[in-house]
Amino acid sequence: MTAPFWTEGDPIADRAAPDGPIETRWERRKFAAKLVNPANRRKLTVIVIGTGLAGGSAAATLAEAGYRVRSYCYQDSPRRAHSIAAQGGINAAKNYRNDGDSIYRLFYDTVKGGDFRARESNVYRLAQVSVNIIDQCVAQGVPFAREYGGLLDNRSFGGTQVSRTFYARGQTGQQLLLGAYQAMERQIGLGNIEMFARHEMLELIVVDGRARGVVVRDLVTGEVSTDVADAVVLASGGYGNVFFLSTNAKGCNVTATWRAHRKGALFANPCYTQIHPTCIPESGTHQSKLTLMSESLRNDGRVWVPRRAEDCGKPAADIPEEDRDYYLERIYPSFGNLVPRDIASRAAKNVCDEGRGVGPGGLGVYLDFADAIQRLGRKAVEAKYGNLFEMYQRITGEDPYEVPMRIYPAVHYTMGGLWVDYDLQSTIPGLFVVGEANFSDHGANRLGASALMQGLADGYFVLPNTINHYLAAGPFDAVSPEDPAVVEARAQVEDRLARLLAVDGDRTVDSFHRELGHIMWEYCGMERTDEGLTKAIGLIRGLRDDFWTRVKVPGTGEQLNQNLEKAGRVADFFELAELMCIDALHRAESAGGHFRAESQTPDGEALRHDDEFSYVAAWEYGEVPTLHKEDLTFEYVHPSTRSYK
Amino acid sequence: MDIQVRVWRQSGPSDKGRMVTYDVKDISPDASFLEMLDVLNEKLILDGDDPVAFDHDCREGICGMCGMMINGVAHGPERATTTCQLHMRHFKDGDVIDVEPWRAAAFPVIKDLVVNRGAFDRIIQAGGYITAPTGTAPDAHATPVPKPDADAAFEAATCIGCGACVAACPNGSSMLFTAAKVAHLGLLPQGQPERDTRVIDMLEAQDEAGFGGCTNMGECTTVCPKGIPLTLIGRLNNDYRKALRNT
Ligand SMILES: Cc1cc2nc3c(=O)[nH]c(=O)nc-3n(C[C@H](O)[C@H](O)[C@H](O)COP(=O)(O)OP(=O)(O)OC[C@H]3O[C@@H](n4cnc5c(N)ncnc54)[C@H](O)[C@@H]3O)c2cc1C
Ligand code: SF4
Ligand code: FES
Repeated sequence: MTAPFWTEGDPIADRAAPDGPIETRWERRKFAAKLVNPANRRKLTVIVIGTGLAGGSAAATLAEAGYRVRSYCYQDSPRRAHSIAAQGGINAAKNYRNDGDSIYRLFYDTVKGGDFRARESNVYRLAQVSVNIIDQCVAQGVPFAREYGGLLDNRSFGGTQVSRTFYARGQTGQQLLLGAYQAMERQIGLGNIEMFARHEMLELIVVDGRARGVVVRDLVTGEVSTDVADAVVLASGGYGNVFFLSTNAKGCNVTATWRAHRKGALFANPCYTQIHPTCIPESGTHQSKLTLMSESLRNDGRVWVPRRAEDCGKPAADIPEEDRDYYLERIYPSFGNLVPRDIASRAAKNVCDEGRGVGPGGLGVYLDFADAIQRLGRKAVEAKYGNLFEMYQRITGEDPYEVPMRIYPAVHYTMGGLWVDYDLQSTIPGLFVVGEANFSDHGANRLGASALMQGLADGYFVLPNTINHYLAAGPFDAVSPEDPAVVEARAQVEDRLARLLAVDGDRTVDSFHRELGHIMWEYCGMERTDEGLTKAIGLIRGLRDDFWTRVKVPGTGEQLNQNLEKAGRVADFFELAELMCIDALHRAESAGGHFRAESQTPDGEALRHDDEFSYVAAWEYGEVPTLHKEDLTFEYVHPSTRSYK
Repeated sequence: MDIQVRVWRQSGPSDKGRMVTYDVKDISPDASFLEMLDVLNEKLILDGDDPVAFDHDCREGICGMCGMMINGVAHGPERATTTCQLHMRHFKDGDVIDVEPWRAAAFPVIKDLVVNRGAFDRIIQAGGYITAPTGTAPDAHATPVPKPDADAAFEAATCIGCGACVAACPNGSSMLFTAAKVAHLGLLPQGQPERDTRVIDMLEAQDEAGFGGCTNMGECTTVCPKGIPLTLIGRLNNDYRKALRNT
């Protein structure tokens, strides 16, 4: 008999959200939240981990409100957070197109797109504040694309039938992040934010049940130090890099949230990962990351593969129209190439599994712009997608104006994250979590252009209106550096660093990370089975033991040591990977990005089991993790089978 | 393909540093330059040597974290390309490639190819923003922005803050970086109220941070991965003169 993989504990509930009419819940929550008078705000300090859209906007806004903020990121400047890489755009229910969009429709699309695994209250609020985000960003000087009349332009994105996506060429994330970064730098200049770049949070400090600080390592000198405050905000991004190959920046990691999880914060829905359908396929064993081609390309590009496997070796141009299978248009006539990501990804996997994939290894499908170029002209296509085409050509050496792009799905985003209530507070009082790091708004699948929206909603508008309710009880008692909780947290960090350096084995950190990634992609990727997941858990445990006896981390802890940084992150990925597989194993249904082969309709679509699984799975850390269920109820959008046909 | 790299090795700020030659064998032409360094580092680690430290993160040409002198050219031989987006197909079997960090007084070396670019953040702190505290914004359509202005502002705003312009400049000047931000914000109606103070304060911060003066050599724009044009420096100078008159 093997030990059970998990046990079940008491259910949990979100006690912060008001009930009553959904339209006024956020107003009522803001009104009920305690305020902190301006004179007291200066006596309150908030630590913010991360300077992406969520952390950058939160830090700037809290500082503007008068709180003292200390901000951390691992890059050399807050401007380089992974949000910078977002390409396609940001949603908002502005209805500037007059195409029938509304807050309610964005809410509806997001709940449905998330396959009915998100909270209605949160999603409605997200749709409400979305309109303020665009106003805020324009005021900061974010140069969104405009039309000739001088008004903002929009495009449409997967999973919706309206045009509500605002964009800045293919660099929307960059422009939004620079807006937040500049607001932050202004506050740094004014002395309201103290910025610590090239610092990594390695542990959370919890004193008397409250989050009171962090242990950080200065990545340049290696010095480990502690920082205490009245509250801690984690804005440390997603954990897609557990797969080694993903579209995330190389440094993206789970350490900040995982350390908080180990200290008592529940981790919700870790198995919900998003596999993006339009990435550049792998080209060889040297591959260190995968590059996304923005989903916006699906507005004008048509996805196809040869009808017959025999044709796959031929150049695309030699395959006549009647021998091509525009499979998305065929299977999903009403959404066509714009079906949500999970559906597009799995459809690509299916045609490749049938042997109809193109390019090296048969792991690719075409994304063809020939029609668009003919219809709109090369110039118009260039204006819309120029930089994406350039990027594609630079990486592959092929010209997408001449030959169709080859694309394949890749890990892109993680819907799971630390569990938070309506106030964005985790199960540890005083620990707030914003952006991709929390689990809050996207359910089992995130719609395109909604992560930027959520990050900025959390940072500019939600957190600054809820954290005051917590801080109103402060300033909390000073925490001395000799406090046992501080001493212990620091010792944990130092001990772990020493252990990683001491192994001195015969394998590099990257070789372990790659192998872990293979296991995850194979068994916890686009399609999951009971048998595969059970096997994966065994493999992960074996590899993790191997890691701690065979890893070789060169150098010392008292210097810039990039391998030591990586080793710590990979060690946490091992633990997370196991929980992801356990979560995926326990959820014996298909929902959004989580596809269980055992749970599908006769024509191969995801099959949910609302009677059994309409809940958030919030996991408590332990030798054997404990599952706490948060029941999801739907008062407004009645769960139905997602159909994009 | 097989190549040799001669890499700048410097263990820390106080080390004098030196070039060290390594063989890197069996590299795919489809590998990126950084993936080639990854391969080298994997080997160095297993050989018990210290791997080469270099900055990188997105590996997509957008975060601005990567950057090194490759055969004496910032970001290497390909125009409008960051180091991370440079691929080995642009080199030949048997090539010997020199790899060095950015060299500029304002960007001290931390280790090997890693430098401190904190001075860029200080320039932005001095005025590279529009004051618009959260919650105070009018509706986004309240002020239409002519498309040409919006597009030009966007082009200037694509600067990734990599520092190649400084590294390429014989004077170690950050003028292109500063000019890009001054143009981005100055082209938009929202940026007008602070237009004069912005340019004055940013230039002052730039001098304080130890960057050299601009003598219009134009090396910066040649290496800039985002193609920020030299004309923006002219624009900055005009703005500066006007600002001095106005204040
Ligand atoms: C290629 C790509 C394109 C995308 N395009 C879009 C798009 O078009 N539209 C859209 O809506 N979404 C898009 N997304 C998703 C979106 O970009 C992200 O979900 C979002 O930017 C995450 O923002 P964040 O603020 O939560 O975290 P991040 O931007 O990831 O920031 C994390 C921050 O935390 C810091 N950090 C992490 N760990 C630590 C630690 N231990 N100690 C200290 N600091 C730490 C980092 O330094 C960084 O500052 C895209 C994602 C990718 C990968
Ligand atoms: S101007 Fe160009 S070279 Fe200089 S920092 Fe910006 S992107 Fe880099
Ligand atoms: S690593 Fe981000 S620009 Fe090169």
